[in-house]
Amino acid sequence: MSVSIGIEHVVKKYGDLTIIPDLSAQIKNGEFFTLLGPSGCGKTTLLRMIAGFNSIEGGQITFDETVINDIPAQKRNIGMVFQSYAIFPHLTVRQNVEYGLKIRRLPKDEMKEKVDDILRVVKIEEYQDRLPERLSGGQQQRVALARAIVIHPQVLLMDEPLSNLDAKLRIEMRSAIREVQKQVGITTVYVTHDQEEALAISDRIAVMKEGEIQQIGTPQDIYARPYNVFVSTFIGHSNLFHAKVRLQAGTRNVVFRNGYETEMPNLVDEVKDGQDVVMSVRPEEFSIQDQGLACEIMNRTFLGKYTNYFLKFGEGIALEGQPSLEYSQDLGHVDRILEVGDRIFLRPNPNKINVFTKEMDQSLIKDVTKYE
Amino acid sequence: MSKKKIRWDFWNIITLLIIVVFAICLIYPLLNLFLSGFKDTETQAWSLANYAKFFSKKYYTSALANSFKLTICVTVVAIILGVPLAYFMSFYKIRGKGLLEIFFIISMMSPNFIGAYSWILLLGRSGTVTQFLKGIGIDMPSIYGFGGMLLVFSLKLYPFIYMYVSGALKKIDVALTEAAESLGCGGIRKVFTLIMPLVTPTLVAAALLVFMNCMADFGTPALIGEGYRVMPTLVYSEFVGESGGSANFAACMATIMVFVTAVVFLLQKWYVNTKSFTMSSMRPIVPKKAGGLQGFLIHLYIYLLAGLSIIPQCMVIYTSFKATKMQVFVDGYSLESYEKVFSTAIQSIKNTYLYCFFAILIIIVVGMLVAYLAVRRKSWLTSLIDTIAMFPYIVPGSVLGITLMIAFNKPPVLLAGTAVIMIISLVIRRMAYTLRSSSAILYQISPSMEEAAISLGDSPASSFVKVTAKMMMPGVLSGAILSWITLINELSSSVMLYTARTRTMSVAIYNEVIRASYGTAAALATILTLTTVVSLLIFFKVSGSKDVTM
Repeated sequence: MSVSIGIEHVVKKYGDLTIIPDLSAQIKNGEFFTLLGPSGCGKTTLLRMIAGFNSIEGGQITFDETVINDIPAQKRNIGMVFQSYAIFPHLTVRQNVEYGLKIRRLPKDEMKEKVDDILRVVKIEEYQDRLPERLSGGQQQRVALARAIVIHPQVLLMDEPLSNLDAKLRIEMRSAIREVQKQVGITTVYVTHDQEEALAISDRIAVMKEGEIQQIGTPQDIYARPYNVFVSTFIGHSNLFHAKVRLQAGTRNVVFRNGYETEMPNLVDEVKDGQDVVMSVRPEEFSIQDQGLACEIMNRTFLGKYTNYFLKFGEGIALEGQPSLEYSQDLGHVDRILEVGDRIFLRPNPNKINVFTKEMDQSLIKDVTKYE
Repeated sequence: MSKKKIRWDFWNIITLLIIVVFAICLIYPLLNLFLSGFKDTETQAWSLANYAKFFSKKYYTSALANSFKLTICVTVVAIILGVPLAYFMSFYKIRGKGLLEIFFIISMMSPNFIGAYSWILLLGRSGTVTQFLKGIGIDMPSIYGFGGMLLVFSLKLYPFIYMYVSGALKKIDVALTEAAESLGCGGIRKVFTLIMPLVTPTLVAAALLVFMNCMADFGTPALIGEGYRVMPTLVYSEFVGESGGSANFAACMATIMVFVTAVVFLLQKWYVNTKSFTMSSMRPIVPKKAGGLQGFLIHLYIYLLAGLSIIPQCMVIYTSFKATKMQVFVDGYSLESYEKVFSTAIQSIKNTYLYCFFAILIIIVVGMLVAYLAVRRKSWLTSLIDTIAMFPYIVPGSVLGITLMIAFNKPPVLLAGTAVIMIISLVIRRMAYTLRSSSAILYQISPSMEEAAISLGDSPASSFVKVTAKMMMPGVLSGAILSWITLINELSSSVMLYTARTRTMSVAIYNEVIRASYGTAAALATILTLTTVVSLLIFFKVSGSKDVTM
């Protein structure tokens, strides 16, 4: 039932305005695939092209081998969950879920069985005779999910389905969605701007910016080995520093502007001695040492499991214009909490940190690929 | 502590005042009407004779049956005309949409009887079209009677359906139609399984409005109904007594009318309550281009309907400039009719503006106060006031006229024939509408605004005036302009209450038409129509939208 989705060189234009210039991606059968990016990056536009609500100005989209460009939305056999849920307000929960089956003219008893099943799966059996108005946000979300899945669509499309829920419910619902998706085993394309949600829920993530894919990969890869600086700063926090490559007697080193040097054996072979690079260090990839990058603590935020310190480095060490420079101290392993004004030395963990070209558009770490 | 006491007192006094006013102007007259229906005309003793008389004579029961038949037919035709119109206007790009909308609104806001009158000018015995067709040997069927009323009412009332249903269509989120499509449902099936059910509650509310309007209207059947008796004309002739009628019997029939409208109103309310759901649209439907034959037919339908709706207004304005001789139109044009109006009927113009001005002032003040009490000071007493204020909604205009007349035509409160009684009737007629819109606005204003003012040391009365009332004002004002338009066009109740001195424009037009003095009627109607159009334009400007749902 479920299909793979091929997106080949698709183009989306509104008049003269190009939203998606040329985008390709392969979504595997049964996989939970997330389109992640800041607002206006074209992720919803792409989803609606797959759904059939947006026209395709160039390239093609295929379900398995079938090109679907010219198939109208109602013939594509998709299940879609909308940001606003789009629950039909005049129908009860049960009638909402039945709607698609009625269109498909299923026999009564088969329909009943299917609806009963799905209501059980999404845990809304007890509300089945209510009107949607009398449901909470999370319950409406479950109705929308049930309604989309019950028709056994080829693909399930979800457009920021959790953005109208409160934080706690969002976490609860994202596991529910994930669970249901695995249970039904359906190819799912999920749109969100919430990176934490994307990391938690996806098999693979496509990070998008300005209509272009920046990287496709598993949540782990995207976080640990971002392909470019945009991905590294958009997913989680990264501190960026100026540095130079130094090749010396078979070792590959990077030298920070203050002279601190560390060996990075996992740099690609193409690096040249003296090449300017940008170092990307996550707040948890620092450790306090006797020497390293000197900095001063400007401010701190206590967050329970760890404490976040806001840092100031010497002139020209870090890149200009970063929103903040941060170090997270895991409170499970230290006893001393630092004070504002303390001067410390931080050493980045060479196994974890990332190195980018000075244009910041490509990683210089071995085996980091744009499309996985 | 002392502040709290003052606050309690201020709104208490207002509550008390409003109860007294309602008791005198509304409850007492309605009770009086109800009771006098049970009194014998001759002896004034308690009896059921009036009801027995009504239900035993076919002459009377047939009027009730006729009223039903007419009203139901009109409602059905209005729905058949209005729903497709709303659908086309919302889902397709229509050329000249803005102007068309204004046409529909003008035809909706102009009084029924002017429509009736101008269709007589066109299709009546000596109507322009009739004469023309006769010239080429075609005999038109008579416009007088059921057919004519159906025509006039349907063309006048379908815009209500159009306005309401359009409003509901605007609230449908595109995501809903996309959800239907994603589930495999497209085209005409989508319209019937999704769009229609979504607008049905609104459609029912609009249909009720059409029903009430048609059931209660006096002017149209009086002008064009002729032999086709309906309740409002029957009540009128019984009450005014040209054929030796009786006030008690008229009261009995009026009570029956109120009973009918109340039952229909409650049915509608019950339906809407059980079926209602709220819709909010983040992305409203975007009209798409209508091309080819389909687009042509859609445009044809809309233009034809708009044309038919605006013809009465054009006809009236056109004939007002025609030369007349001995009340009959002759060839050529002149301003005679206007000269005559200004020499003989200037009082009615002054009356209209004066009465309606005072009425609208009172409506705004009382409407806002009652809305405030009902929304912010909820108690059994204030919700009772709110309910009572809704009474006039189900009281047909002609019945209201009779009600006030019976109540105030003898001491201690002798108001019959005064301007006061005219203004009271106008106020009562439109109060419910302003009250509804005021409450709706008030629900959107946070009480903390006023609390902030009070916390800064302002008194409740002054903080209401300075903060809450000011914030309500824009919404209330635009609602008041619509009320103003219906007030200046009011005929059904005024025709029961007027005297030569307190005649309003609409009554004057009615008189002139009855006297077959078509020139002056047209001139007066033109002035009235112009006032309506200017008021509407002001409304569009003030409210920034063409959303004329009342």
